[in-house]
Amino acid sequence: MKVIEEGEGELLGWMDPDEARGWMMERKSRGLEDKRIPLKEAVERFTRDGDYFALGGFGHIRVCMAAIYEMIRQGRKNMAMAAKTAVHDVDILIGGGVVDKVECAYAFGHELRGLSPTGRRAAESGRVKVLAEISNAGFQWRFKAASMGLPFFPARIMLGTDTLRYSSAKVAEDPFTGKPLCLLPACYPDFAFIHVHRCDKYGNAQIDGTIIEDRELSMAAKRLIITTEEMVDEEAIRQAPDRTVIPHFLVDAVCEVPYGSHPGNMPLLYYSDEEHMAEWLRLSRTEDGVREYMEKYVNSVEDFAGYIELVGGEEKMDYLRKLEDLEVPLEAPWRR
Amino acid sequence: MKMEYNPTELMACVAGRVLEDNRSVFVGTGLPIIASMLAQRLHAPNLLIMFEAGGIGPKIPTIPISVGDSRTFHRGVMAATMDYVMSCAQLGLIDYGFLGAAQIDPYGNLNTTVIGPHDAPKVRLPGSGGANDVGSLCHRTIILMRHDTRRFVERLDYITTPGYLTGPRAREKAGLPAGSGPYRVITQLGVMDFDIETKRMRLTSVHPGVSVDEVVENTGFELVMADEVSMTEPPTERELRLLREEIDPAGIVIG
Repeated sequence: MKVIEEGEGELLGWMDPDEARGWMMERKSRGLEDKRIPLKEAVERFTRDGDYFALGGFGHIRVCMAAIYEMIRQGRKNMAMAAKTAVHDVDILIGGGVVDKVECAYAFGHELRGLSPTGRRAAESGRVKVLAEISNAGFQWRFKAASMGLPFFPARIMLGTDTLRYSSAKVAEDPFTGKPLCLLPACYPDFAFIHVHRCDKYGNAQIDGTIIEDRELSMAAKRLIITTEEMVDEEAIRQAPDRTVIPHFLVDAVCEVPYGSHPGNMPLLYYSDEEHMAEWLRLSRTEDGVREYMEKYVNSVEDFAGYIELVGGEEKMDYLRKLEDLEVPLEAPWRR
Repeated sequence: MKMEYNPTELMACVAGRVLEDNRSVFVGTGLPIIASMLAQRLHAPNLLIMFEAGGIGPKIPTIPISVGDSRTFHRGVMAATMDYVMSCAQLGLIDYGFLGAAQIDPYGNLNTTVIGPHDAPKVRLPGSGGANDVGSLCHRTIILMRHDTRRFVERLDYITTPGYLTGPRAREKAGLPAGSGPYRVITQLGVMDFDIETKRMRLTSVHPGVSVDEVVENTGFELVMADEVSMTEPPTERELRLLREEIDPAGIVIG
């Protein structure tokens, strides 16, 4: 294949397919083992300073916020994040001093809520470096290449743009059509947290609603931690195996974390907490405000259960359940 | 009886009218959702809405805050994956795609990544998200954005999403799908399409109360003029009532 153009972005998460096969042979257990551990321990054991990581979900949807708060509490630093439509997650991680590098499909913004003051300040001051650009489909297909054990996945995106120029992709002449084709390199993040609706103790996990890119990400991640709203019996999984998105042999640890996506949305269970988002967006206008938020919601509590109590406990979660079920109208307190 | 309306409401109505029944549309947050919901309630009940996180064919009950939240597959025909929706677009199953931008050039190329140099940004914007994919893969893209000389520029600081790149046949030469590209640009001042010969932006209509000169003054490059620049039909009472009472009663997008 003739290479026509090469992106200048840093190639993150790369492994040769044979190296990946070696990892999968040595490090991923095929057996049924009880993998339940507390989230605190999972973060201690499976995340390291300087790692390149990705989180399941999308935007503020089904993202494991509990793991994010725990990484901040444990003082992780110098991490690079796959910002694959990263909204509240990357914002908090930058504010909390964990992330200082990103590969960026979408970051520094809060979708309908506007831009993110923390992320923008960090990127504009150079405190956070964008090592590579990419698009959402680009990330999806980098994980897909990895999940298939292939060095790259071809696609007709990013061509002719600066998104390609600042990415780690290459453009080659397609041997079948002769047309230029974008080749997206496989991406194996050092670790990933994926938050799910239900999971058994072995790591067989089911997700309700859209899967986004978590099927591929779960296969691509070198270390995979499942956090779950609910622990279920193995039999519940075996009764409905068609609903399993992530099987046990991909999973390194399982943590039970009810409401683990708060303040984000957990489809069909609870909607996003716009009051909390508005508080963060207001506080994060200044560095003092960021410190105030971290002190209040991260460092003053022991764990995520303590945080949930602090944000309003069962009463708040009951309101967010009603909001999810369209029983109460949505308010948008971040709209001045 | 004439009703007062704001520029965002007008843009939502104009965008909604472009969408045809029994066609598919790739939708992002904010105005595109509003426009698509409006089209569905008026002339295009079978407009097929797709979201990048995997929501396909939903009956959207209230405005989603994210293109991934649970409203995006509410009573849908499928809750799929990003791979599935992006593959649909690449396969040629998505007719329209909505885009917004901080900057646009005469060929409809878009910047949502950075103002100033990439490695020393003056303003850092969110990046491509799914925009490059929508602009690369949908048959026709509709761009919704504010119109002024800071945004309508001769040269972008950074090309996030391809329009017609450098002109006729440039998309195909770069390897992008044949025959795809920007279709309409809808702003608070008027509606533009792209000249068939040159692929440069062309003014086709001005909104009520806006002059052609005003559009020209607010554009940082030379606009091609349609033989006859028409006047946009103002929002109807029915359109406005749907927007305010059913689609966005809290005024989250339309203000």
